[in-house]
Amino acid sequence: MTDLTRRALVQGGTALGAAGALTGPALLDWAKAWAQNNQWKPEKGAKLSMLRWKYFVQSEDDAFVKLIEAFTKTTGVKVEISRESYEDVQPKASVAANVGTGPDIFWGLYSLPHLFPQKCVDMTDVAEYLGKKYGGWVDSAVKYGHNGNRWICIPVCYTGALINYRIEASKKAGFSSFPDKTDAMLEYAKAMKAQGTPGGMALGHASGDGNTWVHWALWSHGGQTVDANDKVIINSPETAKALEFAKALYGHMVPGVAAWNDSSNNKAFLGNEISWTNNGISIYVAAQKSAKDIAADMNHAYFPIGPVGKVTELHLMFPMLAMTYTKYPQACKALMSYMLEADQFNPWLEAAKGYLTHCLNAYDNNPVWTADPKTTPFRDVAKRSLTAGGLGSVGEKAATAIADFVVLDMFANYATGREDVKGAIAIAERQLKRIYR
Amino acid sequence: MTVAILKSRLAKRPIQEPTTWDRLKTNKSWLGAWFMLPAAVFLILFLAYPLGLGVWLSFTDTRIGRSGIFVGLENYEWLSGDSTFWLSVFNTLLYTSVASVIKFAVGLYLALLLNERLPFKAILRAVVLIPFIVPTVLSAIAFWWLFDPQFSIISWSLKSMGLITENINFLGDVWNARWSVIFANIWRGVPFVAITLLAGLQTVSPSLYEAATIDGATPWQRFRFITYPLLTPIIAVVMTFSVLFTFTDFQLIWVMTRGGPVNATHLMATLSYQRAIIGGNLGEGAAISTAMIPFLLAAILVSWFGLQRSKWQQGEAND
Repeated sequence: MTDLTRRALVQGGTALGAAGALTGPALLDWAKAWAQNNQWKPEKGAKLSMLRWKYFVQSEDDAFVKLIEAFTKTTGVKVEISRESYEDVQPKASVAANVGTGPDIFWGLYSLPHLFPQKCVDMTDVAEYLGKKYGGWVDSAVKYGHNGNRWICIPVCYTGALINYRIEASKKAGFSSFPDKTDAMLEYAKAMKAQGTPGGMALGHASGDGNTWVHWALWSHGGQTVDANDKVIINSPETAKALEFAKALYGHMVPGVAAWNDSSNNKAFLGNEISWTNNGISIYVAAQKSAKDIAADMNHAYFPIGPVGKVTELHLMFPMLAMTYTKYPQACKALMSYMLEADQFNPWLEAAKGYLTHCLNAYDNNPVWTADPKTTPFRDVAKRSLTAGGLGSVGEKAATAIADFVVLDMFANYATGREDVKGAIAIAERQLKRIYR
Repeated sequence: MTVAILKSRLAKRPIQEPTTWDRLKTNKSWLGAWFMLPAAVFLILFLAYPLGLGVWLSFTDTRIGRSGIFVGLENYEWLSGDSTFWLSVFNTLLYTSVASVIKFAVGLYLALLLNERLPFKAILRAVVLIPFIVPTVLSAIAFWWLFDPQFSIISWSLKSMGLITENINFLGDVWNARWSVIFANIWRGVPFVAITLLAGLQTVSPSLYEAATIDGATPWQRFRFITYPLLTPIIAVVMTFSVLFTFTDFQLIWVMTRGGPVNATHLMATLSYQRAIIGGNLGEGAAISTAMIPFLLAAILVSWFGLQRSKWQQGEAND
């Protein structure tokens, strides 16, 4: 190295001293340590582009940008971030995988990497390193992360979908907290409606809120779309029971849920129109800012347990993958491992205010989960979540079934009285058989 | 002297038969074909090719990101037994026919009104155009709020007046939702019909009306025997476009209901998008959009042969 200038130092991924000097001694020390121990040295002159889902909580994105900037300062690797609504990440990633060009890194929803497992950079070393260092991965993350016996993505985080409810109204109806059994939930919903404080959950084409609660309703009664071999088994007495439950519940909801999209329940809850619903933590975060009385009078609860007697929740998983066509696989790995290191991940998790939940057990200790007890339920959503497709595989078929609202339409068809039980199940069965053929 | 030189030169040059190339060089049709080439390339590249590709995809099992194999009519067979698809066909036909008829009636009425002597005529005409200028997505979001199950200003006003006790379930009830989206479409489509018909009305010579008035024709007779016949060609064109736009509508529905409640407002265009882009099943989505083509062709043919029988089509004057 004869022409050792400051510029070369900053740009060349090895020169951490100069980069660190720009941001104070603490980060310098940490960056130095990280760089020395980092097993994945970014390629020389590496530049990355990333497509991520568009944020719901602004402070989360701000912290994310800060994290990426720190990575750039530490390694000299520039990262260009673009954002798309989370439903649109999947088609873009699929096309990029197909044509072999596009962003190096995609951060999408549910089983995105399983749509093209051969096109994903093998992340086994990164995942194992992180798992070992941070108390291991939760079960559902292992399932989402694996293709065969290798990791094809890094399951970065979940977004929890839990019950949001108003405390005072519930007490008035005779419930000190949200019921933990489905039968009791029906009583609760009935009592709440009777006293003029009804709730509601989306039965319109709401990709997030709609899908999470109907899958819970199906699974909690023992219904499944497919078995472990991806054979369609939706046509079962258990599914019928789930439908009856949902119809009864629908009767106790506020009118109009069949038209709801993902934002409708947020608006209605914050507008004092409903007193219970299912949602991420975004209602609470918004209420803390603009409706402090609601924030003080609301809490979160897990979905009630159904006749199957165990937890049957579906939460939104956000896996991150690198494409094999990237010229800088080592830089991709460095970035992903960097993101999930405690010094980076903890502040980010805090900034997300409970909207994001970690998949690495060690982060249970993050103060965000205990500083405010109302966020605590979201700590465990990664551990509680089942995977898309239920018993079946987490691949493309499960993704299509969710994207095409097969289960959601089945519930809406029966709850609104458009179809009888048999008709609603038959339509879903026909669609599923085509998807899983 | 000069004449002699010329003569000798001419004599030296043998008279040649014009070659094919010579003929082509001076052939106007040949030249015309070349001038048309850029336009033809554009049309083929951006219209014919995508259309052909769409039809081809509908015969395959292509998914996003993965090319498929030829499966013949499998997609169509599957759709023929798919109740959601037939529901979307019904919705599309209902949506198109109701919205088009009302758009025509209201549009014609507005056009006749604006053609009268009115104070502030120019401003009024500009105002009528407003719904058409507003981006569709914006107006769709406005309607979505107007029809919100909880926060509708309509429900709120009626409740404040004591006319109703509960919010109207605009988008959550099957038929309410259908009428709501049809209303939004009409609101958006009327200006196009009105302004175009107004343009047509202005071409009708006032002398015809004067003559009719002298002959003692009533206003209805003047409309029936002068305005209507002379307006027919414009009506045909406007209604063709109006039907085509309505039939292929996407944005209004997608923003307001996403096809809900329970697929009650799913149009063929929105269902095609849901299956092809969101669900990833390009082949099936392409089959749904290809299934729209016969309907569109029928709409065009009806207006072309039904409404445009007048002689102006052949370049003659109207009766």
